[in-house]
Amino acid sequence: MNSTSHFVPDRLQSPLARRLKSWETLLLGVAVAIFIANSFASPYFLNAWNLSDATFNFTEKAMIAFAMALLIISGEIDLSVASIIALASTAMGAAVQLGVGTPGLVAIGLGVGLAAGAFNGFLVTRLGLPSIVVTIGTMSLFRGIAFIVLGDQAYRGYPESFAYFGQGYVWWVLSFELVLFAVLAVIYGIVLHKTNFGRAIYAIGNNPTGAVFSGIRVQRVKFTLFLLTGLMSGIAAICLTSRLGSTRPSIAVGWELEVVTMVVLGGVSILGGSGSIPGVVIAAFVMGLVTFGLGLLNVPGIVMSIFIGAMLIAVIALPRLWTMWRRH
Amino acid sequence: MSVKKKIMSTVAVMAAMTATAAHADEMRVALVVKALGIGFFEAAAKGAEEAAAELGNTEIIYTGPTDTTAEGQIEVINALIAQGVNAIAVSANDADALVPALKKAMDRGITVISWDSGVAPDGRMMHLNPSSTELIGNTIIKLAADHMPDGGDVAILSATATATNQNAWIEAAKAVLPNYPGINLVATVYGDDLSDKSYREAEGLMATYPDLKAIIAPTTVGILAACQAVTDAGKIGQVNVTGLGLPSEMAGCVESGATESFAIWNPIDLGYAATYIAHELASGNAKAEPGASISMGRIGSVTLDDTNTGAMSDPFTYDASNIEQFKSIF
Repeated sequence: MNSTSHFVPDRLQSPLARRLKSWETLLLGVAVAIFIANSFASPYFLNAWNLSDATFNFTEKAMIAFAMALLIISGEIDLSVASIIALASTAMGAAVQLGVGTPGLVAIGLGVGLAAGAFNGFLVTRLGLPSIVVTIGTMSLFRGIAFIVLGDQAYRGYPESFAYFGQGYVWWVLSFELVLFAVLAVIYGIVLHKTNFGRAIYAIGNNPTGAVFSGIRVQRVKFTLFLLTGLMSGIAAICLTSRLGSTRPSIAVGWELEVVTMVVLGGVSILGGSGSIPGVVIAAFVMGLVTFGLGLLNVPGIVMSIFIGAMLIAVIALPRLWTMWRRH
Repeated sequence: MSVKKKIMSTVAVMAAMTATAAHADEMRVALVVKALGIGFFEAAAKGAEEAAAELGNTEIIYTGPTDTTAEGQIEVINALIAQGVNAIAVSANDADALVPALKKAMDRGITVISWDSGVAPDGRMMHLNPSSTELIGNTIIKLAADHMPDGGDVAILSATATATNQNAWIEAAKAVLPNYPGINLVATVYGDDLSDKSYREAEGLMATYPDLKAIIAPTTVGILAACQAVTDAGKIGQVNVTGLGLPSEMAGCVESGATESFAIWNPIDLGYAATYIAHELASGNAKAEPGASISMGRIGSVTLDDTNTGAMSDPFTYDASNIEQFKSIF
């Protein structure tokens, strides 16, 4: 145990690979600890169906977190993701009233997500506006449209087959959402860590000017990342709408912060330039396990928020404090 | 001690601290509310604890999300299903979105009822309304009549002309008018649930009908605006403002005398009744089916209609004698 502490070095000075490795080890340790603590704390925790139910706490958010991780590594951010869910869900709900079937609904969900992402991407890359400002604006804009359309009403009456995305099981306790989460994790892992596109994202995040002079089409990469984030929000909207079976304009309120928390907890630098998909995957499990474990103990939601916040600060601050303390 | 160890032990200690021992043979009833930290629901939880103490060997799990979202309630419900609670009594943030999660709960043998804010019939065994249209219609007329021994003119200040709830209550109120001889309903006006419009409508009523004895506002916005209009016109004691209001907002009106009494459902009774019913159903003492009569302990019993919906009681009346107690609750 003590030997691993040498692998928690100063983040700015050590080689990338080693830093990532130690970060994930640390997170994995936290995940395992939480798993063990949960098993002892509640007799209901170790049950295949209960654990399967628990994954619904994070799968949809994690899907967005993958794209968000890429975006944050490139030095941008998208705070409108939860509002894109609301907009896409509202569009799907409106389509249901016109008698559109499941394939059409999926196409609309993905299409609205892509369009919203393209809108964000256009404002950031073409007009050169800061992404945090643009997406705070579109956060209100997209959800505002949903509120204008729906008011205090709800869309319901989704077709039976549409329920599969959020409520269906591929095999035994493996839900469709969990399988989709796993597939997307692999895809995003390969894209970020094994492709030129992935290297370009790191390059842009570390030094945008340098990236331009290296021949990377910075604006185009960033635009693609906004598109991807919008698309993932569309996918999350399909899953969540299917799981709820109805659409209200308040759907997924506050998710943008949970997604960003997941990404940062996963070891992605909020300043851009570093981070990994395996880290985000583990962070998703950590957050899911913590909220479900505390839920089993009937801990009030507000205490859960405090716990998540404290955990985020602790996991990020401890390695830094550790190295500072060792120097003295 | 390594960083990892520190975190692990911290997590383990925190988890252990929050752990609670569950008794196997105890009946566990979960009261799921729209969001924690709302006075109305804290009061309902008080009523639930009262019912649990009366029933004996019953544990109340009072829980809910931080925000009034359906997603938050689903997470809470999933955690309750995992714990295998005996019953879930929920006030829903979304009548439809909770249905899949609650269906799953019922599939696993959990008794599910909704109260206050209902769930679609597929997702619950029964729904407990705080009151019924007929009971509310009768109550608002009675509130006015109680303070008019010689009879006289009354007027209704409603929300919008299209408000489903209010229109149904007003219809029910008109239907019981013959039971109150001497009470003369002279007008029904609409303040659209806007404070300023309601205020002007109340002023208009007093100008048009100089002998007006009471303004009945079956809306929390209207009653407050009417109270303000009567106070500003210096007609306290001449025109009594009554209807449906919130104790926290109406305390000043009751103190000034502009309002003799008003009504709204009592959240303590509601939490008590929901818990009692959930316990009755979960223990097999009663069955949720159309026409069934289920005990609510000290409140009496509820009879279910064709959609397995029942009404608890008359709205609870608030006046100078109890406003102090309730104004801090909701």
